[in-house]
Order: sequence, then C-alpha cells, then structure tokens
Amino acid sequence: MNVISDKLQVEGNRWIGTRTVRPDGADKVTGRAAYAADNTMPGMIWGKVLRSPHAHAVIRSVDTSKAEALPGVKAVVTARDIVDFPVDKSVMLGIQDMRWMCRNVMAREKALFHGHPIAAVAAINEEVAAEACRLIEVDYEVLPHVIEIEDAIRPDAPILHDFLKHEGKPSNIAGTMTAKLGDVEAGFAEADVIVERTFRTRPVHQGYIEPQACTVSYAADGRATIWSSSQGQFMVRAMTSLLTGVPQSNIKAIPAEIGGGFGAKTIIYLEPLALLLSKKSGRPVKMVMTREEVMRATGPTSGSFSTVRIGAKKDGTIVAAQGTFYIQAGCLPGGPLRGPVGCAFAPYEIPNVLSVGFDVVSNRSKVAAYRAPGAPLGAYAAECVLDEVAEKLGMDPLELRLKNSAKPGSKAAYGATFGKVTFEETVEAIRTHEHYKAPLERNPRPGVRRGRGVASGFWYNAGGESSAQVNITEDGNVLVTTGHPDVGGSRASIANVTAELLGIEHGRVSVQIGDTSSIGFSNLTGGSRVTFASAMVVTQSTEKVITQLRERAAKIWKIDPEAVTWENGEARPAGPNAGQFPPLTLKELAAKANEMGGPIGAGVQLNTQGADPGFATHVVDVEVDVDLGIVRVLRYTAAQDVGRALHPSYVEGQIQGGVVQGIGWALSEEYLYDRQGRLDNAGFLDYRMPVCSDVPMIEPVMLEIPNPKHPQGVRGVGEAPIVPPLAAIANAVYDALGKRFYSLPMSPPKVLEALEE
Amino acid sequence: MTDIRYLAPRSLEEAVSAFAAAQGAARILAGGTDLLVQMRNGVVKPGLIVDIKKIAEMTEIAETPEGGFRIGAAISGATLAEHPRFGKAWPGVLEAINLIGSKQVQGRASPGGNLCNGSPAGDSVPAMIAAGAVVTVQGPNGRRQMPVEAVPAGPGRTHLAPGEIVVSFTLPPRPAGSGDAYLRMIPRTEMDIAVVGCGVSLTLQGGTVTAARVGLGAVAPTVLLVEDAARALIGSRLEEEALEAAAAACRAACRPINDKRGTIAYRIKVAGVLLKRTAAIAAQRAGGN
Repeated sequence: MNVISDKLQVEGNRWIGTRTVRPDGADKVTGRAAYAADNTMPGMIWGKVLRSPHAHAVIRSVDTSKAEALPGVKAVVTARDIVDFPVDKSVMLGIQDMRWMCRNVMAREKALFHGHPIAAVAAINEEVAAEACRLIEVDYEVLPHVIEIEDAIRPDAPILHDFLKHEGKPSNIAGTMTAKLGDVEAGFAEADVIVERTFRTRPVHQGYIEPQACTVSYAADGRATIWSSSQGQFMVRAMTSLLTGVPQSNIKAIPAEIGGGFGAKTIIYLEPLALLLSKKSGRPVKMVMTREEVMRATGPTSGSFSTVRIGAKKDGTIVAAQGTFYIQAGCLPGGPLRGPVGCAFAPYEIPNVLSVGFDVVSNRSKVAAYRAPGAPLGAYAAECVLDEVAEKLGMDPLELRLKNSAKPGSKAAYGATFGKVTFEETVEAIRTHEHYKAPLERNPRPGVRRGRGVASGFWYNAGGESSAQVNITEDGNVLVTTGHPDVGGSRASIANVTAELLGIEHGRVSVQIGDTSSIGFSNLTGGSRVTFASAMVVTQSTEKVITQLRERAAKIWKIDPEAVTWENGEARPAGPNAGQFPPLTLKELAAKANEMGGPIGAGVQLNTQGADPGFATHVVDVEVDVDLGIVRVLRYTAAQDVGRALHPSYVEGQIQGGVVQGIGWALSEEYLYDRQGRLDNAGFLDYRMPVCSDVPMIEPVMLEIPNPKHPQGVRGVGEAPIVPPLAAIANAVYDALGKRFYSLPMSPPKVLEALEE
Repeated sequence: MTDIRYLAPRSLEEAVSAFAAAQGAARILAGGTDLLVQMRNGVVKPGLIVDIKKIAEMTEIAETPEGGFRIGAAISGATLAEHPRFGKAWPGVLEAINLIGSKQVQGRASPGGNLCNGSPAGDSVPAMIAAGAVVTVQGPNGRRQMPVEAVPAGPGRTHLAPGEIVVSFTLPPRPAGSGDAYLRMIPRTEMDIAVVGCGVSLTLQGGTVTAARVGLGAVAPTVLLVEDAARALIGSRLEEEALEAAAAACRAACRPINDKRGTIAYRIKVAGVLLKRTAAIAAQRAGGN
C-alpha cells in the first residue's frame, strides 16, 4: 500500500517511484556478484585467528615460536604488532574509540570474552594456519567472569577494567547518558494513573549471511590494498590506518558486494590483522571468518535491563515519563545508550521526562551497531508500559498515542525541537487500516488463542558526508559513482534519480560504488542516511552536468546558455527568441564534447543536512499454541513516513526486513552461555532467527510525506521499522493470553511456564 | 595435517572389510549431512571415509513378499518421497525423514545416517520405532537383525559392533485400518532440531485400537520405545482417558536434560501434548475416526 500525500513531487515522474530492475540484480541472482570472500590473488596465503577459550583471563604470555617454526607458516602477529592506544586518552573515529577498537581486534592485557583474538597466523593454506594456531602457547590466568547485566552491576561483581570508575569506585558501569525535560517528580505528582515495569531483553545478532572476510595486499613500496565487505570503505581505510600506523594515503580500500551488515559492518575485525600479516610475509593475505567466529566474536547488539514509569491524567494526557536503561556494551565500553535514552519517549509530547542510560561491560563480545542501535530496547519498555496505561484508562492504545503525539515545535528530551513531525500520520494510518478494524477470532480452535497489539517507534535518521561523481561517457551514456556500499538497493534508487533528472532511459545510467581512491570521502552506510545523502549529492552533481550540457549546446548554437533548456534528455532553445535549432541529444553533445571544451562530468562533496527523524506505527496479530507455548505471527502491518520512495520495492524491503528482525528479537533469538561463560549457540541452528515460513507477508504502508529539506523529499527508512515490533508483539501476546511478559524472547518454554503459573 | 582416504566400494563385503580393518578410524558416508558437519567442526577426524551410496542394496526400495517394505539405509528422504506406494503405507515415517534439514539436505540425508548418528533428537528414529522397523546389519561376522530401538546406546553412540554397517530397514506389512504419524516440537516452523519428537503407529478395527507403538525422541539419552503408552492405547477407542493415560506414560518415560533447546519441565509437558496430537493424526489416517 502506498499513500502519497503530495502530488507535486510525483506527477510527471518517469523513473522516480517506479520499480526498475536493480543494477546489481542480475549479478546477484546468477551468482556473479563478488563478495569479500570471492577475491583471490596470485601468491595469496591464508590468515587465521587464535581465539581465547576463556571468558576472562589475564594473558601472562604468548609464545608463538612453535607456530613460526611450522613449515608453511609465513607470519604471526600478536597485540604487540597493533598500534596501542593507552586507556587514559580517547581517540575517536566517528563514534568508535580506538582505545577499545585496538583491544577488540586483539586482546592486549586480558582476554575479555570467549572468542577474543589472541594472535593471528598466515600460512600457505587454511589447514596449516589452523595447525599453527594450535601451536601457539598462551599462558592464561583465568579470572572469574560475569555475563549478565544484573550480575555485572552488583557490588561484588568481577571487574573487567580497573580503570573504569563509577561513583568513584572501580565498576563495570563504563558511562552514563541522561536526557531530561521538566521535573519528572512534579509530573508524576499530577498523574492519576502511574504504571512502572521492569523489562529484560537478550543480546541479538545482526544475522547477516556473509561472514566478515577480507584480502589485504601490502606491497614492497608500503602501499596496501584492502578488498573487504563493509558498510564503509572509508571507515575500513581510516580504522585500519589507525590500528596499523599505515597512513590513509597509502591504503586503498575496495568495497566488495556486501552480504548484509545491519550495522555490524560499521567496524572492522580482520583488516588490520591481514594487513600486518601481509606486511610481515610479503604476500597477499586472505581471512574469512567461520559462522562460529561471527557468532562468538563479532558484535551482537546489547541486551538490556530497563525500568520505565509513565504517569497520565484521567483524560489520557501523559504528564511524566521516566526510564532507566542498563545496556550491555560487551567487553569494552560503548553500548548504544543514545537509542533507548533518546528514542523511547521521542514520539510523544511529554512535559516531564527523565531518561538515564548506563553502559555496562561484561565478558561478552563487544557490541556493534544493529539497525536503530538501542532504540528497540527503549521502545520495548516504553510502548509496553503505554499499553498498560491505555488499559488502565480504558482508552484505545492508538487514541492514547494520538492524544500525546509530538507536534511541530514539540521539544524532545534528547534535545531536538521538532520541525515537521509525521508521527500522527503513522498512528492514523494504522487506526484507519482494515487490519486494525478487522474482527479477530480469539479462539479459533481448542488450545489456540489470538491477540492483537500495537506499538510505535522513533529513529533519529542521519545526514553527513557524501560524495558523488556523475560522468557522461564518450558514447553519451551516464556513469554515476558514489562512496557508499549498497546494503538496501541504494544503487537502484540513485539510477532512478539520475535518469529522471537527465530525462533519459533508465538503462543508460550505470551506478557504481567507488573505492577510497576513486571517489571523495563518504561516511558509513548507516543511520538510514545513504539514500537521503547520496540522492542529494547525485542530484547536485547531475544538475551541474545539465548546466554543462546547456553550455555546450549554447556554444554550438552560438547563443546564451540561459537561452537553452534541458528537457527529455535534449538541449532545446528556451523559446522562439532563442532561435530556431533542432534539439541536441545527450549522445550528440557527448560526441562533440572534446571540441566544445572537454569531458562532461561533475562531482559534489557535501556534509548533508536536513535528515528529519523517522516514525513508525505497527499492528500485529499473533496466535499462541497454549499447550506448546509457541507464538506465531499471523498478520503484520507496518506504517511509516518514508518521505519519498525513490524505488518502492527497496523501501518495502527495508520495512519488511526490519519487522522480521524484530519478530526474531521478540520471539526466538538470544545468546546462550554456559557456566564457563562460553557461547553455547554459535550458529544458525540454535541461534534461532526466523525462517521464511515463520513469518507472514509483512504489509508495509508507505506514507509518502516529502521531507521538505531534500530535493526528492527523501526520508531515511531503514531503521525505524525495527523499533516497534518488540512491544507490538508483546502487547499482542498479552491480548491473546491476558498475561504480560516482561522479558524477551517470548520463547516456548517461557510462555508455557507463564501459562502454568 | 592428516590425510583422509576415501573409498566408494560397490559391494557390502568390500565396504565391511575396509570399515572393519580401519579399526575405528573410519566413518561411513551416506548423505554426509552429519559427518561433514562434524568433520568441519573438528569433532571427528576420520582416516578413512567409506562411501556406501554405490552399493545397490543400500539405496534400494523393495516391497517384501509379506507386503512390507525394505529400504536401503543410505537412501535419501527425497528419493523415498518419490516412491509411489511407500508414503501411502508409512506417511508418518516418510514425513519424519523429510522433516530433517532443508530441501537440499533432504536430497542427501538418509534414515541410516540419522539412526547411526545416535542423536536422541533424530527425527526419523521415533517414527521408525513406532513403525516397528527392524534393521539389517552386516559386519565382519555376517548379517544380523535388530529392532531400531535396540540400536541407539546414548548420544552419539550405538550398539553396533565394530565394523558393522546398517544396511536396510524392514517395515512390516500394514493391516487394514493402520496409520502412522510423526510430530515434533521445534520453536521455528522448519530448519530446526526436535525439542521433543513423537511417532505413533496405530491399527484400528471398528474404532478400537488393536495395535499401537509409540516412539519418543529428545527426551532421554536415546530415542525411546514407550510400551506403557502403547498399552494405554490398545483396546481403547482413543477416548480422552486413554489418550491422557498414554500421555502420562510418555511423560513418565522422559528422562530429559536442560539444554539450549529446552528445559526438563518443558520437554516432559510437551511429550504428553505431542502424544495426543500424533495419535489423533495416526488414527485419522487409519480411518478409524
């Protein structure tokens, strides 16, 4: 379903808003697309990582002599080879602190989780490399470990880092974040109804299909080339440079096709190790993680332990909201506090808000970004409490949301004063949707109960740095280069925009992703920013190209460039006064490019602004098998303000994908550890992501309310859809069973146990 | 670095002699859907792999003179599904084999491998036990037969003697009014491993159960034949009391563990639920309801 509110930006469009064939589609369905692990080079050798078998241990010594002596071994690296960033001085790259990154890619003083890299080996093949890893002798002093948040914040918990202090004492609380508005206690004093609940969620993995992989070739002249799969080749270059000491100008990072990232590939694990192994061995080095390594050692997102309290007046006016969010960081600081602290109450205009987050370290792999990092954790707690508030007030849960929705000029606790706010529209879209109004058969069969739930969500969205180059080829076609790995169909959207602006056939536009040496700096593919930002720089580049084309035509016709217009892929005299000339097509102008001034092309590099936030409201029907405790999702409808859907298929895909990940989070995904602190389900069999048959067709309702700050009206869409599902499903399960669950996942044993209480 | 020898003999004798000669350093390869995973995880490091798929008897489906079926141990679930009559006689056994893994896995995975892997959660095993299937085993000392339930010895272990290979499964003739079924509890809808699995085979005459067998998986170190559950059903007309008694017998037979796939309490409860649901399907297939 597609609701378009502003005809102005739609009428007359030939390509924008249409479902063109994606530029990378044929390669992907025929198996030709080259992912990171597909790269090979002459003389290439294989790198492997030795990982800690302990959850927490002092590394007394690492003896690599036997490994180095094994025939076929070409290089060994340890923490000594990685640039050390002392713990007392922060060095930031974006949101990543190099003090923690250098300790994450290779354990330094201590092994902090089961799977923490201890050393890396390069050898003539994978088997020899694996054998060499077994020959490395590590002297560990095993320490008591701590896994769960509630254990980690106890006064007697094993402390991971002596240098981290909270309230003056060594602590596993690495930092806090507060968002405040008004006086929350005064607000609660006015409330007629107050609901306070405590919630728990488990860490969940991004679950991308493609494991981390790279090939790095360090040449004799000190220049390195990196082929890897990431959400940002410039991030790969910068972080590898910082961790190895090789200057950025000497590193070329080439982005491979990416087999999913969902935030996780905004940091690196292997590239610095492979570079150092290549430097030592003089050979190109390839490293590919196994699925088990991915699960054990790459970031999931945080688990959480949260308390939310909301107070409202009898008429439904929310007067105060308070949230306390303990968020897992993994073994090193840096949990996504900004997600729950800033987003939990952001859809609502609430005069008094106090939202506090705590960053808690424990002996787990360091968390990485995951789609709207942290926001689902806050929304889960806040939106479940809102459901209870609505119930106590005897109000429809969507009416309660509408009554309190943020409006233009509303101030959010995280600091923003909203401009255009489109939250109400998402609530209204669900409230009036056939799904919400359809009768629900509550007991279709013996032992089966059904329920319906709703929830909303907010995500900041982002702009930031992007670069583009638009070149006209000698034969009059178009090549667009951007600096963003394409995780969600961004090339397809960019092709639509460029063909639209130039007024030419879609098939004449090729879109490619440049490496770090062929396009200007472009920030990560993340924050729901790429289509927003790259459409902006591509638009400006294309407009410059059109200006050049008009100038060339003017030169040929010997008239003023102002007297030339560009229409339907041709230069034409602007009016009868401009003179009588037959139109000049793009092909004709390209053929005359050199004689009329040289190659035609333009690039733009910008720090893009104006990415307004995203809002979403979802409704879900669930069915519970009360004898087995299994919850199945029967029907799901997700409404979201998408700004402008440049390519509707990939906007729908973003919404559907986010919802499915939310379903897994709510019902089945969790990290399980044994008593020694070892991950017990490091694979897709027992780490239960939903499979196709577990989920219904998710119906996206795209509300096309153009973002006035963007040339095509684009608004980021990738992250908001994972924010509401946790609470929407929990609320639906309550509706089915009359029992509220305050911890995720709502797995069958947990549901059955609760039903028997 | 270890070298692995690979043999693909054409005769059982050749396979048994190579397998026995390797003295435990060999592994049998049928579909390989467990073996290759275990090798990759470093759980097993065989010096010799004996691929038995080229031995005719091991991939045959034969209808016995008595009216039963003898199926080769190395046959894939997908091939078995293509047989025109097997699935009509033993729908429960067939659906159990074809619940294993994905479509791709079902094109390789075999009932013999599922049994010899020794997992208490193997899907085809409870259905085979319920069916009363008997395996033919060949070893250095010749052939012998044993009921399926006598094969598993514990997680990853069997009662096969050194050098013995499971050759085929023989399923008995089906009297009129018979039906079988298999259900498993998994958190997902597919691509998962049974938290509890239950196979039931029934024969009904005039609505009364005259024969019954119940196999229960993932609730004990081995897949179980639950005779008490069968006894509760035999002679009944599958009234609620009889089903509840059979469910109680299943629950009583459980000796499960707490693990990442389920808790003790959950598995015990679910064993009873599945018995009732599986029996209902088997009875419907038997035409007795």
